[in-house]
Amino acid sequence: MAQVSLRKIVKAYEGGVQAVKGIDLEIADHEFVVLVGPSGCGKSTTLRMIAGLEEITSGDIAIGGTVVNDIPPRDRDIAMVFQNYALYPHMSVYDNMAFGLMLRKFPKAEIDRRVTEAARILDITPLLERKPKALSGGQRQRVAMGRAIVRDPKVFLFDEPLSNLDAKLRVQMRTEIKKVHQTVNTTTVYVTHDQVEAMTLADRVVVMNHGIIEQVGPPQELYHNPATKFVAGFIGSPSMNFIPAKVEQASGALRLHLPQGIVLDVPAARTARYQAHAGKDVLFGIRPEHLTDDKPTDKSNTAPVTLKPEVIEPMGMETLVHFKLDGTEVSARLDPATPATVGAPLSLIAHMDQMHLIDPTTDKVL
Amino acid sequence: MSATAAANRDMPSLYGKAGSLRSERRWALIWAYISLIFSAIILLTPPVYMLITSLKTSAEIADQKGNPWIVRNPTLDNYWELITNSLFQGFFINSVIVTVVVVALTMVISILAAFALARMRFWGSQVLATGVFLTYLVPDTLLFIPLYQIVGGLGLLNSIWGLVLVYPTLTVPFCTWIMIGYFASIPKELDEAALIDGATWPQMLLKIFVPVALPGIIAATIFAFTVSWAAFVYPTAFITTPDQMPLTIGVVSQLVRGDVFVWGQITAGALLAALPPVIVYAFLMDYYIAGLTAGATKG
Repeated sequence: MAQVSLRKIVKAYEGGVQAVKGIDLEIADHEFVVLVGPSGCGKSTTLRMIAGLEEITSGDIAIGGTVVNDIPPRDRDIAMVFQNYALYPHMSVYDNMAFGLMLRKFPKAEIDRRVTEAARILDITPLLERKPKALSGGQRQRVAMGRAIVRDPKVFLFDEPLSNLDAKLRVQMRTEIKKVHQTVNTTTVYVTHDQVEAMTLADRVVVMNHGIIEQVGPPQELYHNPATKFVAGFIGSPSMNFIPAKVEQASGALRLHLPQGIVLDVPAARTARYQAHAGKDVLFGIRPEHLTDDKPTDKSNTAPVTLKPEVIEPMGMETLVHFKLDGTEVSARLDPATPATVGAPLSLIAHMDQMHLIDPTTDKVL
Repeated sequence: MSATAAANRDMPSLYGKAGSLRSERRWALIWAYISLIFSAIILLTPPVYMLITSLKTSAEIADQKGNPWIVRNPTLDNYWELITNSLFQGFFINSVIVTVVVVALTMVISILAAFALARMRFWGSQVLATGVFLTYLVPDTLLFIPLYQIVGGLGLLNSIWGLVLVYPTLTVPFCTWIMIGYFASIPKELDEAALIDGATWPQMLLKIFVPVALPGIIAATIFAFTVSWAAFVYPTAFITTPDQMPLTIGVVSQLVRGDVFVWGQITAGALLAALPPVIVYAFLMDYYIAGLTAGATKG
């Protein structure tokens, strides 16, 4: 068990391309941290640098207080789970899990105890004699996790472990990973491009983009208080609507002027926060789940909007409706019972206490 | 939509060929059989003729009358004389020693070289890998003169150990090339997992790469075996006395006495010499093909 510190980590490749541009991150003991971001944001490179599979161009990585920059992977006391499982195809499940311990010359009885215990936790005891090719994707991923667990390392590293699984299995394994972490309580760094995985698993989520950290925080914090337009758009599904707007002063209060003559009142509690931006162009950000049918019980801090649906997607538990506001795509989330017809005006309300304003020049959330 | 589809179905130009798939396949099969039978005849005629000749007495071979493809008085005397001939036994033992040592040497060198070239990315590894293959393209008929100097300089002329030294120049490049291809088809994550599990590079090679690449190793072994068992140019150039000769040159040089060709024994000897490779191929053919086509498709 250990904390992990990244200090000013840079990874540059030949030709000067910087995959990671000087990131700082402190991961506490027992913490489950998820690095999330789009392809090429540097999240996997960061994980591989922690593992020792990539060299660091500059900066320091410390595991349990020891700087490990020049320590080979085998001496860092970490375990890693790969996207394609990376099981040794010629070994049985038991040997796959025992391999790391055998290399470290553990006594046979201890190896047996640990493998049996890990197999019990992961529910793969009946598979111990099988070869990887006789396992399903989900079972292989369990074995890969078992191989990590038996080592009882300081840190678990997961590199997109669920990406090769089908949607249903992915949800199941996600729960499984969370359970395992609750049982073994090892410091975990988990990389994914799936924000749902990030939100559901993490104690803290690290959102990365273009080699830098955009924001670090607990899932709810990122959802409710995103720091940048990127985080606001990346966290949450479907993603947040961004509508060009202008802030106007109106007798002590603020109003937002949206395209097609829509005017929304800014809640009084936010007036002071946005006062400095009166008269300026901003981006009005609101999540689809905060642009809903006109029938909540509590109508405080809401503003009415009428729009004509372009596409209607019934999902069962909810209905997604897509509109166009002067060329900007806007989505709303409705009660499936609400009747909506393409082209017919639909009354919605915007929950203004959940709104965000974004400075279009800096992309920072105001 | 469905009306159009129904109309299309009636148009012979679009759908008339559906029935011809079977006849196309039939024609492909007919041509395949014709060409296979043709090549089989060409390739099998010499060994069959050798087998027939080896079963004849010298008198019958010399007899000009009658059909040479028919054995009138079959006999195993030629085989028996060879097997009991201590000279022939010596050739056989020499061939076995040279082949076993060469195969072992080749595999050790090739596996180590291929592992380094395929996995331990270092400056110039690409050029080196291509260079290894290019050396394979130089024919042994060009190499034996300079090699004669080298082997002579080492005092290994007319010794099977001289052959052990030079055969790897034929086997190592190709085997290394096969192994590079095989190692390259092993996913990178496998070595990374092994590194994290605590393996050193030699452990990774022995415990992960060698077992996983076993089909490739078997393919390379068969190749090295065939080349060193059948080598002709080098022993012809480097070996002069019968006690050091391998089968390939022993049979032709010692069974021709003066200008008398003992055809019965020559053919019997050639067939016996060809037996070990045939046995090896028969048992390991599947591995050989799997090894040569590694990485061709996603496994």
